[in-house]
Amino acid sequence: MLRRWFCLYLPLLGCCMLIALPFAYLLCASLKTNPDFFDSVFLPRGDGFLGIAWERLTMGHYRRLFTQLGFGNYMINSFFLASVTSVLATLFSAMGGYALAVFRFRGREWLTKLVLGTLIIPGVLLLAPSYQLLYRFGLLDSYVGVILPVVAPAFGIYLFRQAIMSSLPAQMLEAALLDGCGEIRAFFVIVLPMVRPMVGAFLLITYLATWNNFIWPQIVLQTPEKLPLSVAIAQLQGVYFQDYGMMMAGTALSIAPVLILFLLLQKEFIAGLTAGAVKA
Amino acid sequence: MLTVTRRNHWVPYFLLSPFLIVFLLFIAYPTIQSMSLAMRQTYGPQFSRFLGLGNFQSLLDDPLFWTALKNTAIFAAGSVFIQLPCSLGLAMILNSSRVRSRALFRLIFFSPSLVGLVFVAVIFGMIFEKRTGMLNILLHRTFGTDPEFPWLDEYVMPALIIAALWLYVGFNMVYFLAALQNVRQELIDAAYVDGAGSWHRFWHVTIPAIRPVATFVVLLSLIGSFQLFELPYLLLGNSGGPDNQGLTLVMYLYQTGFEIGDLGYASAIGWVVTMILGVFAVGQRLLSQREEA
Repeated sequence: MLRRWFCLYLPLLGCCMLIALPFAYLLCASLKTNPDFFDSVFLPRGDGFLGIAWERLTMGHYRRLFTQLGFGNYMINSFFLASVTSVLATLFSAMGGYALAVFRFRGREWLTKLVLGTLIIPGVLLLAPSYQLLYRFGLLDSYVGVILPVVAPAFGIYLFRQAIMSSLPAQMLEAALLDGCGEIRAFFVIVLPMVRPMVGAFLLITYLATWNNFIWPQIVLQTPEKLPLSVAIAQLQGVYFQDYGMMMAGTALSIAPVLILFLLLQKEFIAGLTAGAVKA
Repeated sequence: MLTVTRRNHWVPYFLLSPFLIVFLLFIAYPTIQSMSLAMRQTYGPQFSRFLGLGNFQSLLDDPLFWTALKNTAIFAAGSVFIQLPCSLGLAMILNSSRVRSRALFRLIFFSPSLVGLVFVAVIFGMIFEKRTGMLNILLHRTFGTDPEFPWLDEYVMPALIIAALWLYVGFNMVYFLAALQNVRQELIDAAYVDGAGSWHRFWHVTIPAIRPVATFVVLLSLIGSFQLFELPYLLLGNSGGPDNQGLTLVMYLYQTGFEIGDLGYASAIGWVVTMILGVFAVGQRLLSQREEA
């Protein structure tokens, strides 16, 4: 019993503490007034419960973010961008993955290799030509311009190809098509429900990626009212870098929604994430 | 291989059409464009001059390029030789049949990788702060180290490696854990019966069994490391930091392309990164094919 405690739980709990420290620091700093920020690492000391001066904590930073800096607006922008992108990217990835997994057509092998090859090209290399393209289409400073380039990711096509190859029985699809089920209907009625865990996981992966994406929306969007949280935080950092409490409150608010979403859906997420690696 | 016959010819192309359109516009076209740019010198939209392989020639003589390559390589080495062993160690502890509430631990370790790089940069910017940051205060209190240790002034790469360790250790752990759960316990038991010590069991049974996933994780880690950009860019305030200690290859690409305006030279840097990663990817493929044979 004692040995198990020392060999397993002690290192695990130690690592948990190290992982949790930055989160705790963030949360505490967002609740402290700026004078208190320098007096204590975590919560200010006083005579309250557990020796902490609870009465000196403040929600003022959070309030200021919403009343003075239009944080609610940035949040709505992030929700909107992440929702639209994740739904479209999942749909198009599933469609493409299905095509590569099930159909025999000219160029299939070639396309599969191409899809994987694109992963090694650094995204920043493609920024300038993509930007010029948006400029010619008149899509700069628009959400279409932010969403369009990431709406059918090669990575997603590959993941769905793997998932469909390993979980879709061919006979079932044949039978449905012989019964006169249309090609498009078959996709929605038979294929998508079959790979539902991957659909859930990929929705989350793209939601997170869009929520956290920084450089592309930073380049495409110019109007301050259109910015998502990631770009807004980076720009606020330039102006309010000495307003520690408020920067921390803004950061805490920005990461809380995705942490909660992940807590709710974590099982599917992790299953989807590792599916490509373990089965490939 | 599952294949359905008697299909309309247009269906696969229809299904792939969103991908193909986006791919042609935002990957194929920019890739070709950047190849042609890499052979030119440009300043803004007006000036452009053909150089052939001149940009690559200049890169060889460019001390900043070598600094960036060195920094990037140090970060990649930190990821592969510090972060991945930590991930594997955690995965092995969690995989032990005697650990309870495995899902909870996995959840906690994984949670940092949900935090976007912008937000990580804001948080760690304060943690590494010289006088008021959490890290120096806690280290000083526990180990009595220098309370004003200059993380972001003189130890930029170690600071980046620490931040990345926090961020990705759980992410890679999830892959290792999935691989370990597929290792057949009989193999390990058989080795135990044959008298193999725990080190031998680890090195001769566990490692070979998880090697396909391990090489994949190493490749992912190298790809991520060589594309490192946003974290140092935001953590160091849009610069390479003091003496360019935090300048990475992709940061140098961004600076030359978007701040100086020479998209040609910037593209050449990008292609060097792509070629390095191409070598790693081919290496990984060869390794995994050799195992299958």
